[in-house]
Amino acid sequence: MNRRLLLLLPLLIFLVLGVFLYRGLSLDPFHRDSALLAREFPNFDMVTLEDPERRVDPSLFQGEVTLVNVWGEWCPACKQEMPQLLDLADRGVRLVGVNYRDTRDKGLGFLEEFGNPFEVNIFDPDGTLGFDLGVYGAPETFLVDRDGVIRYHHTGYIDPSDVRDHILPEVEKWQ
Amino acid sequence: MAVIRHTTLVLVLTLIAGLSWAGGIEVREFDDPVLEQRYKSLTASLRCPLCENQAIDDSDAPISGDMREQVYVMLQDGRADIEILDHMTTRFGDYVLYNPRLEGRTLLLWGLPGTLVVLGGVLVVVIVRRRRNASAQALSAEERARLDELINRERTP
Repeated sequence: MNRRLLLLLPLLIFLVLGVFLYRGLSLDPFHRDSALLAREFPNFDMVTLEDPERRVDPSLFQGEVTLVNVWGEWCPACKQEMPQLLDLADRGVRLVGVNYRDTRDKGLGFLEEFGNPFEVNIFDPDGTLGFDLGVYGAPETFLVDRDGVIRYHHTGYIDPSDVRDHILPEVEKWQ
Repeated sequence: MAVIRHTTLVLVLTLIAGLSWAGGIEVREFDDPVLEQRYKSLTASLRCPLCENQAIDDSDAPISGDMREQVYVMLQDGRADIEILDHMTTRFGDYVLYNPRLEGRTLLLWGLPGTLVVLGGVLVVVIVRRRRNASAQALSAEERARLDELINRERTP
């Protein structure tokens, strides 16, 4: 009797494995949480894209919920998500850009062509701030709360449903 | 003739592709062979965050270049391997470690293979013992007679 039950063991293992593997099929391998969640925005002291004389540091994020978008002129998805970012700015969300691995001319040209939803853009031509943020490809978007702590992270293109279902609720939550 | 020309073209293209590939990953000079060895093993054990399953020493993604640069700078700076790995995981997460650290949530990952080997060993010992015991039991007179009969039949065809 006991032996009979033992024969069922491979089937049992197969079923357990099957459940895990089946679940794995619907997971997005690109999705993983940022290592910076619930941590303070990394320190920086950099000039802005708009004005090479103006220096900014993390005090930029004190007192207001801010959406930080990492973008570059060379990045096609950044162009596609501009309408969504402009829409967010229209709804009163404060946006700060990080112009990542770009030249000043190209960055400014991009804003002229596709619109500028950003209050200010941090100029990061060498990708050092991007590196500290754990950015591995643009666009990436971070939500920073009023104390300068990173609360939400979105990798890649933001489509209108992301704005509605994720970003606006998160902004609301930390307001 | 056309075949030869075709083959040559393919060869040339392959070589060009090889050249441009080699151009993607820079060669670094080290005065100290120990540092060079550490650089090699660190860049081989860090995973490129962008390319799913490639070490940064094997990937021409921009982020891998930045990470190699960072490893190089920190090594020249006299930092320890653990500091360099920490520097990467605080930014990119545990994802970039090809060798996950031994901690609470990786206990199953590290412990399971060992546990399975031990369980398997115990199982083998149990089975072998049981069989040995079974074969060591004396045969009954009836069984012995039947065995003798079988052996004799084999010998005298």
